[in-house]
Amino acid sequence: MITAKINVTLKSGILDAQGKTVQHALHNLGIEDVAEVRMGKLILLTFGDISTEEAMRLSEEACKKMLANPVIEDYEIELIHRESH
Amino acid sequence: MKFGVIVFPGANCDHDCYHALKHVHKQDVEFIWHKESSLKQFDVIVLPGGFSYGDYLRTGAIARFSPVMNAVCDFANHSGIVLGICNGFQILCESGLLPGALMRNNNLRFVCEFVNLRVENAESNFSNQCDRGEVLNIPVAHAEGLYYADASTLSELEADGQVLFRYCDASGDITAAANPNGSLKNIAGIMNKQGNVMGMMPHPDRSYESVLRSADGAKIFDSVINLLQ
Repeated sequence: MITAKINVTLKSGILDAQGKTVQHALHNLGIEDVAEVRMGKLILLTFGDISTEEAMRLSEEACKKMLANPVIEDYEIELIHRESH
Repeated sequence: MKFGVIVFPGANCDHDCYHALKHVHKQDVEFIWHKESSLKQFDVIVLPGGFSYGDYLRTGAIARFSPVMNAVCDFANHSGIVLGICNGFQILCESGLLPGALMRNNNLRFVCEFVNLRVENAESNFSNQCDRGEVLNIPVAHAEGLYYADASTLSELEADGQVLFRYCDASGDITAAANPNGSLKNIAGIMNKQGNVMGMMPHPDRSYESVLRSADGAKIFDSVINLLQ
């Protein structure tokens, strides 16, 4: 089985208000070396019995059409192969 | 003239819009379930506020794939008048009928309060009953209302008079303090280039008669009614 691990984050340069708030909180905790925090979403798509190429193609399609908003977000896809049980 | 108010699962301002149009503005109006595929008998389509599909993924991201949205896009592309309020604005941006996107408020809070809006364009289908520079008092209620668009889109919006409303203070000045969500250029409402699709975060459907503290929202509905009469 193939699982697509999809990370969706705000494009660089777009204010990430959540990230900023978390960064301030980390600084308050004494973890002061954090220069930037960017928040995002992790989406896992598990496919049936399909090829790696097909899994990548479908993941791309899902990101382009729905999972990410190209106006404000970037995405990264990583495919993970697992033994099916 | 016939108004249609789309009912998405999770919408919660559909009845406000229906009531304002039917009982206050005395218009013919019908609810449209999101599974409908034809909008042929309507003149104006309203996408109401709420939390369609629980705001899952992104606000409006799932609703834009509702069956009715194909018909809404078709309706808009044939010059039909479409008005999106709050979540309706978010859905219109997600569907590509309006440019840009609505992001999490920069203060990370759900903002629910009356705000002042300056009318930037009083000639549009949605603001012709206002005066340019007039200040409207209309409430907002949202957590994702920060209007974002890239620099070239923003300058196009400005150049073409597509920015209809901006957050301002009581005297009409555009200030950071008057901006409830961090919207770029204090933008509260825009229309498409053709001028037939409009989205705004503030709720005219919560401010259409003085018992609601402000009747300024009625001017938005009156503008559309005036246009079609």
